[in-house]
Order: sequence, then structure tokens, then C-alpha cells
Amino acid sequence: MSLAPSNADLAVGGGPSLPEASGTGRKFSINLRQSGIYIAFAAIVLLFTILTDGDMLAPQNISNIIVQNSYILILAIGMILVIISGHIDLSVGSVVAATGAIAAVLMVNHNMPWPLALLITIVVGAAIGAWQGYWVAYFGIPAFIVTLAGMLLFRAITYMILGNRGIGPFPESVRTLANGFTDGYLGNIGLGNYLGGADLLSLLIGVFAVVGIVVSQWRSRAGRARYGQVVEALPLFVAKIVVAAVVVMFVIVQLARFRNLPWVLVLLAILVLGYSLLTNRAVFGRQIYAVGGNLQAATLSGVKVKSVVFWIFVNMGVLSAVAGIIFAGRLNQANPTGGDQFELDAIAAAFIGGAAVQGGVGKVVGAITGGLIMGVINNGMSLIGAPSEQVMLVKGAVLLAAVAFDVWTKRRAGASR
Amino acid sequence: MSDTILRMRGITKTFPGVKALADVNLEVSRGEIHAICGENGAGKSTLMKVLSGVYPHGDYEGAIEFDGQECRFAGIRDSEHVGIVIIHQELALASNLSIAENIFLGNEQSKRGLIDWNRTNAAAAELMQRVGLNENPVTQVIDLGVGKQQLVEIAKALSKRVQLLILDEPTAALNDDDSAHLLELLRGLRDQGITCVIISHKLNEVLAIADRVTILRDGKTITTLPAEGLTEDKIISGMVGRDLDHRFPPHEPTIGEEVLRIENWTVHSPVQHGRLLVDNASLNLRRGEIVGLAGLMGAGRTELAMSVFGRSFGTGISGRVIKDGKEIRLRSVREAIRHGIAYATEDRKRYGLNLIEDIKRNVSAAALGKLAKVGWVDDNEEYKVAEGYRRSLNIKAPSVASITGKLSGGNQQKVVLSKWIFTDPDVLILDEPTRGIDVGAKYEIYTIINRLADEGKAVLLISSELPELLGLCDRIYTLSAGRITGEVPRAEATQEGLMTLMTAGQEAPR
Repeated sequence: MSLAPSNADLAVGGGPSLPEASGTGRKFSINLRQSGIYIAFAAIVLLFTILTDGDMLAPQNISNIIVQNSYILILAIGMILVIISGHIDLSVGSVVAATGAIAAVLMVNHNMPWPLALLITIVVGAAIGAWQGYWVAYFGIPAFIVTLAGMLLFRAITYMILGNRGIGPFPESVRTLANGFTDGYLGNIGLGNYLGGADLLSLLIGVFAVVGIVVSQWRSRAGRARYGQVVEALPLFVAKIVVAAVVVMFVIVQLARFRNLPWVLVLLAILVLGYSLLTNRAVFGRQIYAVGGNLQAATLSGVKVKSVVFWIFVNMGVLSAVAGIIFAGRLNQANPTGGDQFELDAIAAAFIGGAAVQGGVGKVVGAITGGLIMGVINNGMSLIGAPSEQVMLVKGAVLLAAVAFDVWTKRRAGASR
Repeated sequence: MSDTILRMRGITKTFPGVKALADVNLEVSRGEIHAICGENGAGKSTLMKVLSGVYPHGDYEGAIEFDGQECRFAGIRDSEHVGIVIIHQELALASNLSIAENIFLGNEQSKRGLIDWNRTNAAAAELMQRVGLNENPVTQVIDLGVGKQQLVEIAKALSKRVQLLILDEPTAALNDDDSAHLLELLRGLRDQGITCVIISHKLNEVLAIADRVTILRDGKTITTLPAEGLTEDKIISGMVGRDLDHRFPPHEPTIGEEVLRIENWTVHSPVQHGRLLVDNASLNLRRGEIVGLAGLMGAGRTELAMSVFGRSFGTGISGRVIKDGKEIRLRSVREAIRHGIAYATEDRKRYGLNLIEDIKRNVSAAALGKLAKVGWVDDNEEYKVAEGYRRSLNIKAPSVASITGKLSGGNQQKVVLSKWIFTDPDVLILDEPTRGIDVGAKYEIYTIINRLADEGKAVLLISSELPELLGLCDRIYTLSAGRITGEVPRAEATQEGLMTLMTAGQEAPR
């Protein structure tokens, strides 16, 4: 698949992808493979909107979906990098629990100021990542084994820290970060009888985001055109921008009508933007793809392969700590069983989002969309009152179908060689 | 001799967008060795896949008649059932199983559902004797060299009562001794009545062993000729459809001062403790000069090159590298690249390219820093750079966003060369740059090499093809058993002379 950077992928809220016009007969199938995930996401949202008579897209429910899935989405960002580099991390659930426990002990038992406690927690997350990264990158043990061991080790450490009970409650600020909303500094504004009042600051942020998307997309397109690269037809380009803008504005307006923007959405937006830039444009990001695509070729091209893998695991540890803080803060206590099976959700999100098992392929926005697909299925099925075994059944089927679709399109592309 | 064992008529095989075979006819007589020659992409492998049932009946047009019977294979089992066995270039052995287990893989010698190990190993030993493989049948295949693994494949074919044995590039990975043994074995099999079809790029071997030669070009049969009286040039002109008066582009070197000198270079094996792979080798390269490095397989050519290139191979490396008069240390690939040394690997698919990425990202891979400001890559510049190489090196692809895994060997090699040229090296080490590339693309690669030399770069060319070294190099070193055994200027070099030096000291105890 083409990994050419396209800033449309940075559109928070899951705008459509911006596939490259490759000017060949395979154009359609390539586009289908790249944008299939977004089409599937739209279809799933539409399906549940119909099944729930519109409750799916109600202001409070949109807010719920974001807040409830935030920690999985944060983990998915780290996981997609691990998977692109050709590895896996099974320990993130346990690391979420361990870092949440450490944050709780520091803040609750030792009354440490929360900014310092969070900083220490994140440093501990980095150290855990460095520990696993060392064994994988420098010692050469497969990540599957190292992180399987880590899954047990860090769960054990969580129990050693917490004993058999939860520790809480968390300081107000941490709870707000995990579960709360931005303040309406600018007050409310009326949007007419039908929509009612909405937070002005949130709306302004939304408008700002849309303008940002339009400007950056336009500049990117103009830049590519100036270099004589093939750019997609203007009507298609405009249509995509319009769809992205409508989706972003719709989500923002709904949130503004409810209780402003959740803090975790702000955090997520920054992470998605930052990590998309990293993977698309940074030298380090390119090296992740190079390592996952062909380890030996990367080595012989002067890429410091071991260091790249090491830092990917450090990054995973940091993001696990962030997710651990958000998760514990949301529950208002650190729990020894917390974060159980989060690794499976994060891995599933990455693969639904188009990552390849062999490595070398994947996108941050894809993983986020994959995570949202699972979040929407969870949420939508609970809204219509489906029992949890059915939710599991559907999620399993979706994961299998997503990867099967990916394999199928790849094979078709291969056959038309 | 005159009776025909195989008759393929009007074979046409179409892939979406490409006609791989167009009305191909092939007739093979019983008990002959029949060679098929053609450029890469001429359709040789496709034809053999049609014959062996990899592409089932109905997937192609035309008819196959084997032993007087019309054949409609649904799969490879059907073709093996009538006695057609294909041995692919990449051997299909289970490396952790024993020789005997491999020979009877899928055809286990069992009694009431349990494997009869005595019968398996005894039968394997018998077959191994027929192919001249002196090993214990219970030895693991992983412990055998490539040459012996090839023999296991043939023994496996014999176990299936093969009548027609197809070998796809059987000697590509073999050294001369193993090749000679294999060719001798094929003659022996012919005398036992087994018909062989051999696909090979090595025309001298084809002429040495084949009874008749069929030439394919662009998916069509050009001609079938008796090997007697054929010459390499005649085969080549049939393959490329033109007379190749000049297989090598003319070149007048402009040689400057010395740019790189390697002194007393010694490399030990990373697996076998204490074994010397490169033994006290010294050589030098000058600006604008193309220097050849000749040696048999296993002589230590790649080991020498890779150990110099940032110690990417071997242990216990000692010796000095002097660049532009100053001694330098090359402890990592990055340092080697920074000092202006580039190494294009002999195995571009495994070590040279990220096959799932596009051309531009492969071109930039070794010098991404040149396209980046404070860690951020300018992908428009990247496009421009890659597009520049696509034009100047004539990489045949719709755009630089094309995936490298889908390019032909020659075009992949050009992407590898682009990658290393973009690092702006003073010294380019090219390890088998034309391996597996068709004749037309080879000429283009030669032209590129000459151009690089004209730009003042020094080129160290490693090649197994002596005519290539003789046609391109200004000076040739010979390497034998890790030692430099000779240094021959172009004017004095002959194939025979080089071969003598390349085999010098082989028997000396090490």
C-alpha cells in the first residue's frame, strides 16, 4: 500500500483517507483497500444510528464513546508503531494497571502533588518500555516472549503494590483530565430552537480545526502539484475536504451542545496529530517502516535498527502510562485487575485499522479508526441491549473480516501483476 | 531418440494485462536433455508452471501431451503422478528434517499408518547413492550445503519414479565443483532414460550439457536447435532478437589518484570459530576506476566487501582502511556511508530493498538525512530526487510511487543503485549487480557503472561472470580461499588466466 503522507489522515474524527491517484488500472482496488476501513466505519455508525433511532449520535453518547475508549485509543497509537516495526506488545494491559497503581500510591498514599506524580508515573512507564525494549532489541528475544513475560511480571508488580484492593480517590484535577470537560470560558451561544445552546469556545476550536484541515490540505496539494506529482482531481479533493469538515463540525457541535470538549479528546487530538506527523514525515517514523518492511535492508542502509526498536518500546511504555493514568482517573481508583485484556483491544484496533502481521504497514489514523469501530460496536450494541457475549461475537467477526479483506485485496493486487 | 515424450502445443497463458505466453510450442524427445533459454520475463518459468500443473488445466489455452496421453493437470500432484517433477530455483526442503524424511515427504513409507523408519532410511540411502550423495540419511538437511541439498531434491524426484525432470536454474547457487557434479549427474540420469528439461542463464553450461535448445522470447517460441554447432552468441542473439556485437558499452577510463586502500584485511567466520574467511587481503581503488573482484563461490568476496562496509559481516576483523590518504575506522554502516562508501548487495530482495514500499522511499532509505530538516522529511524533495533517478537510470515504472516488489529484477537493481548513488559515495562496491537480470537490462547497468566511474567514483565490481569482469573492469583482483592471489590489468586478463588464479592455493592446508 502506498504510505505517502496525506494530511487528510490527520483530520481528527476520522475523515476519509486521501488515496493517491496512481493513474493505473488498479486505482480502484488500491483506493478500496486504503479507504475500506473508513467506509466500514461510516457504515457501522450508520447501522447503529438507524438501530438506535439516532441515539448513537446524540450529544451525550458521542461524548461517552470518546471518553470510554480513550485509553484503548492511546494504547492503539503505541501499538501500531510496535506492529509496523514487526513486533507485538502483549504486556500493555498489565503496564496500564501497574502505572495506574504507582500513580495512585504516589498521590493518595504519599499526598504527592499530582503533576509531579504523573511525571514520575510516565517516567516509570518509559523505564518499563526500556526494560522490554532492551530484551527485544539488544538481547534478541522475540517481542512475543518478552512481553508475554511482561504481562505476568507487571501484573504481579501491580498486586505487590496494591495488595488485593483498589486505591483511591484521585485528586480532582486528574479526574477532570480523565473524565471531565473543558471549561466554557467564553460562555454559551444559542444555535436556534432545534439545537439549543452550545459552548462557544468548543465551536471556535471546531471552526479553527476545520480551517486548519482545509489550509494544510490545500497547501500540501499545491506543494505536490508544484513538484509535478499526480494529485487527485479537484472535485474529489473538495468533496473529501467537505466530508472531513462536516464530520469534524458535527462531532464538535454535538459535544458543544452537551458539556464542551472532553479533556481526553483534546489529549487524543494532540497525540493523533503528533504521531501521524511522526510516522509520515519524521526520519524516525520512516525508519520504523524501513525496519518492519525489511530488517536486513534497513540495517545495510545505515538505520540503527536496534535503537529504533528500543525507542518504539519506550514509547509504548510511556503511552501505556498515560493510558494507565486516564483509566485509573476515570474509575477514580487504581485496581489490581485493571487494564485486563486491553492489549487485545489495542492489537485488534491496529489490525482492523490495516496493519500487517509481517510489519512494515499501518497508519496511526487507521489504528484510531479500528479502535473507534470496536468502540462504536460496544456502545451501539449495549444501547440496543445486546448481551456481552454477542458483543464479543461481533467484535471477533469484525476483526477476522477486516484482516480477511486486507489479505484478499492484497492477493488481488498481486494477481494482477 | 526420435520418439517424443512431451508435446506442448499452442500454450497461451494470460495474466491480467499481460500475455505471458503466446502460442508456445515445445517438443521434448525421450531421453534427451532439453534446455530452455530466454531473458527474464520471456516466459520460461510460466511455461514450466503450466507443464507441472501449478497453473491448472483451464487456466491456460493449448494442449499438453505427455507419453502419448493428453494431460489435464488439476495440480502438481497430477503431474507428479504421471512422472513430471519440477525442482524450483528456491529449493523446497524442510531444513529441520532429515535427508530421508525430505525425500519421502508427502510420500511417507508407512505400514498400517505408522512410518517404517527402516524402510524409509534404506530406500533413501539407495536413492542417495544414485545421485552420488555421500551422507547419512538421518542427517538434517540444514547441515548440508546448497549443492547437496540440490541432490536431495533430485533424489526426492527419483523416489517419485520421475520420467521428466524439470530443473529451474539448478546451478545458480552452486559453485563450480557442485555444478560440475550436478551436470555429470544429469548426464547419468539421461543414460538411465530420464528426460531432463533445464532452464539456465548459464549458456556455457547449456552448451555443455544439452542435446537440444529451445529459445523463448517475449512469451513466444523462437526456435528449437540441436546444441551441436550452437554458440553462446547465437543463443543470445535468439534471446534478445538482435546480434549482440557489443555486450559491453565502450568505455575510456579516466583514472585519478587513489581513493581507497585496504591493507592486511582479515575476517573470521561468525559461525565457525577460528575459521578465516578473508586472509590478509590488500587492495586499492582509484578515482574513475572500475576494479573487478573475481573469485569462486565461497572465496570470500562478499565477506570482504561486507566486513569493510561497516563491519556488517564477520567477527575478528583486523586490518587498515585508508581513504584519501587517511586511515579511517568503519565501525558501523552509518560510518561507512558517512565516509563515502556504498555497498549494493548481491541479494537485492533480501538485503537491498524494502519490497513492500514504493520506489521513492527505497531510493531515500540510505540518505534520508539529506532530505530532512531537523528530523522532518521533505517528501516533495524526496519525490523530486526519486523522479530524477527514475529518468536518468531509466527505471521502468509508472511512477516513483510504484511498489518495488512489483518491478522486474533489472528495475529493482536500478532502484538499489539509485539508493546508493544518492548517498553520494566516492567508492561503490557492487556485489553481483547483474545477477538474475536479463541481457538488455544488463547492458543498461553496465552503462550506469561506466557513468559512475566517469563521474570520478571508484567502483569495486564483484561478479561470478568472468566475461563481465573482462568487459568492464580496468583492473581485476582474484580472490581464492580468502587470499588475494592476483592483480591483473585489463589488457593482460583472460578467462583462463583468471580462472587459474581463482583456483590457486585451493588445496593448500588452512
